[in-house]
Amino acid sequence: MSETKVSRSVPKPSKPWQPSAAERAQSLSVGVLAALASVGLVALTPMKGVLPTVIFFGIFAVLIGFVKGTFTRGSTTGKNNAIGILLGLGTCVALIPIASILQTTVSRGYKGIHTGLFTEDMSMNTAIDPITEGGLLHALLGSLIMVSIALVIAMPLGILTAIYLTEIKGRFSRPVRFLVQAMSGVPSIVAGLFIMSAIIYPITKSFNGLMGALALSILMIPTIARTAEEVLLLIPNDLREAGVALGGTQWRTVAMVVVPAARSGLITAMILGIARVIGETAPILLVSGGGDAINVNPVEGPMGSLPFYIWKSFFFGTEEATTRGWAGLLVLLVFVLILFTLARTLSRRKVRR
Amino acid sequence: MAITEKPSAGPAIPTRRVITTEPRLSDKVFRGIVTAGGLSSLIILGLIAIFLAYQGYEILVKEGTSFFTSSTWEVITDDVGEVQSYDFGLAAMLVGTVLCALIAVIVAVPVAVASALFMTFYAQGKIKAFLIAVVDLMAAFPSILFGFWGFFILMPKVEYWSLLINKYLGWIPLFSVDAKIFTRSPFLAGLVLAVMIIPITTAVAREVFDQTPLDRIQAAYALGATKWAMIRAVALPYGRGGVVGGAMLGLGRAMGETVAVYTVLNIVYQINWHVLFGAGGNVASLILLKFGEAKPLEIKGLMAAGLALFLLTLLVNLLADFIVARTGKKGR
Amino acid sequence: MSFSDSVSASMKSGRDFQNRQEKLEKDATMNESDQAKSPKPSSLASVAKSHISRGNSARRLGTGLEAKGIHAWFGSNHVLADISLDFASGSVTALIGPSGCGKSTFIRTLNRMHEFIPTAAMAGEVLLDGKDIYAPGTDVTKIRLKVGMVFQKPNPFPSMTIGENVLSGLRLAQLKVENKDDLVEECLARAGLWSEVKDRLGEYGGALSGGQQQRLCIARSLAVSPHVLLMDEPCSALDPGSTLKIEDTIAELSETMTIIIVTHNMQQAARVSDYTAFFLSDGGPGEMVEYGKTTEIFSNPRDKRTENYVTGRFG
Repeated sequence: MSETKVSRSVPKPSKPWQPSAAERAQSLSVGVLAALASVGLVALTPMKGVLPTVIFFGIFAVLIGFVKGTFTRGSTTGKNNAIGILLGLGTCVALIPIASILQTTVSRGYKGIHTGLFTEDMSMNTAIDPITEGGLLHALLGSLIMVSIALVIAMPLGILTAIYLTEIKGRFSRPVRFLVQAMSGVPSIVAGLFIMSAIIYPITKSFNGLMGALALSILMIPTIARTAEEVLLLIPNDLREAGVALGGTQWRTVAMVVVPAARSGLITAMILGIARVIGETAPILLVSGGGDAINVNPVEGPMGSLPFYIWKSFFFGTEEATTRGWAGLLVLLVFVLILFTLARTLSRRKVRR
Repeated sequence: MAITEKPSAGPAIPTRRVITTEPRLSDKVFRGIVTAGGLSSLIILGLIAIFLAYQGYEILVKEGTSFFTSSTWEVITDDVGEVQSYDFGLAAMLVGTVLCALIAVIVAVPVAVASALFMTFYAQGKIKAFLIAVVDLMAAFPSILFGFWGFFILMPKVEYWSLLINKYLGWIPLFSVDAKIFTRSPFLAGLVLAVMIIPITTAVAREVFDQTPLDRIQAAYALGATKWAMIRAVALPYGRGGVVGGAMLGLGRAMGETVAVYTVLNIVYQINWHVLFGAGGNVASLILLKFGEAKPLEIKGLMAAGLALFLLTLLVNLLADFIVARTGKKGR
Repeated sequence: MSFSDSVSASMKSGRDFQNRQEKLEKDATMNESDQAKSPKPSSLASVAKSHISRGNSARRLGTGLEAKGIHAWFGSNHVLADISLDFASGSVTALIGPSGCGKSTFIRTLNRMHEFIPTAAMAGEVLLDGKDIYAPGTDVTKIRLKVGMVFQKPNPFPSMTIGENVLSGLRLAQLKVENKDDLVEECLARAGLWSEVKDRLGEYGGALSGGQQQRLCIARSLAVSPHVLLMDEPCSALDPGSTLKIEDTIAELSETMTIIIVTHNMQQAARVSDYTAFFLSDGGPGEMVEYGKTTEIFSNPRDKRTENYVTGRFG
């Protein structure tokens, strides 16, 4: 068989359905034409600024796309082109804020980055001091401690909820699924108020890191539970049956087969849970106390945190304080980016397996 | 090794056996623990309602319906700090919360649906993966980032846009203002919230569009439909429930958002429908604003406000769940 | 797998000399019978003819499995009516029939996997070594240890290595074993996989090919030494080469255990089984139309419907 293969000439693979160079050039010309028209219109009329140019670019692009399609292939194609361009523009509108947010945070935040930022706290300084003095070590440590404690509380509860929904499939599955959904919609400030009303006022009467962690864990549980549920649902039922058919009890099957098979997905759930709460501000402002000095004891004294540091910095209003705030936001953003990238890499690996 | 003879008098169907599966002790313990963990969300939500109600009960009873109809929020104390009189009314805050959230949804949903459709049916390969990643990343941004971005970057622009809108569309009551103050208006807060909920609404809508049955899509194409005709005939009817659900989810988020709104909204104790005017209300922001210097009595009032906010978002979520469940069944 | 391989495998797996002797004798009779009997028109029948039921072996596990008047329901849907079958220890029984006739449902009632579907119900008795496995107070876990199962799609545990997969049954059931390495080797050898994976026991099960994965799943079920092995279309997801290897494995295993195999593939039923049961559903619950020696079913069926099915007129 291999001999016949050698003698036969294999045609070059081609994709005739893909747009040709001429067609690409035509699509590009629509954009260029629309851009020229909008710039021209704005220049000739009293309007000025970027916004009208962008708006008219959109209008012209849709119009020209429609006209071109109508002339070459009829009005159905014209409409199809116009809608396609419109949807693309809608996507751009969704992307502009994120680009702006990233650009602003980096360009304003990098001025506040200095070596002392990660080695000093603010106990000896206020936010209006020169940028190079003081740092946010206390805030980093505080955030780390609070998020860790929150994780220790939320991770078991979230995963147990997911296991209840996918493995036990008990009588309350539907209400529990709804409640998890509802819980993810609980306003963060309500979580803070709840900790105050249930623990701080009646019992401890003190604001500290543990209280912040408890509030954060309330916000973390639904994120972990929903992601973990999705992951466990991806585990083929075959594996559960195989485990049971080999004489395993349900408990041992879940512990030895299902959960290990979903390991990387569960880590993703954990990371998404961390990302969900690391920048959470409102409950932290209510219950954590928010100190300026390093405090690693979660049950005594106020504890600083990254969001608190940012919040406080901005409210001084001076240039130094604002720069400090942006620097804090930049650090927070970098954390979110790292967590997000980690979660995506892990979940992609899960898919590949 | 022979087949047992079948009873001759037709197929007599025996009664079903009661299968008693007595699980082992370890399984019983396991099921107990998991069920307890699974019910944690129920317990926590119940506790939130109970404790907020317990703390806010006194105020709710004293104020009665005026807690929801009056707009005054004040505590008058004498020189030594004794409370002389107080009046807690949430009307302006509730109206403001709903107003800002509605602006957010009205702005966000078209953009979100457009980008969800674009990502599902137009973008391909690396561009598609990139768009999905960026939108998911944006959903993970903390709200404090949106708040200060809105304050420093968006606010000056929105002020200018508001001026234009008021100039040309001011004859519409919604866009009229009594005084030309456009700073920290509900419109700005609504836009910031819109930016915040675009990712989640897009993600939900995209997931639903992604599940559009391929055979129906191909059937539409095979009938000679253009892409847009296919979307209108197949994808939109299929994804309707998801779009509505995503929008409701966004509405719930927008209502409960605290810090981002606090930074860009001017809290005023008066109901204001003029979206461009720099005065608005927001329950969550009120709690944050008043909390710092609040005395025990006012804190009780704030707890009652928190309860109202909690129940409001719960209601919106319930509605979203209901709509998705219903249209989901019908549309598919 | 070459002949020398299979011999060494059976030696490693601790078979005694007598067993091999028996096998050689069997091969001899096989040739004889092939020549003696005139071939039937149906090619399936000739395949079945070449297969002769074995003599008694000394090391059989258990006394077999018996199903008495099994009915099954999903909700109000009656899917299986009045199946009675006696599976003798050391025999291979094939269950054949078109899709939706209840074969898989039936096989799943035999190790109580049926009850995993929430709406499922059943009636009748399943006797394992004379005891009803549905009797109140039965330890389901122990039943499933005695009645192993191989599934349609190969499903090695993705989080475990090849070696761990083989031992997973022991870990799941919390059984102790003295020499794990020997057990891994024995089970893999009996499943006909040892020579292919002996140098890569530390790799993950997912790295194997589909056919190898399925044999790994067979090895996994063997580790807990079940008396009965249920196979639910074990080759339907595999290529012909892998299928052949699995069939070899089945022939090996049937010396010591009772095997019940559901298959869509009539040739396969003819090749591997001693007895065949034909299931059919005419829209109502699935019923067993005919049961008998495989040679009989394929060459000389009593029921017209069986004949139509095995000659390919429907299904």
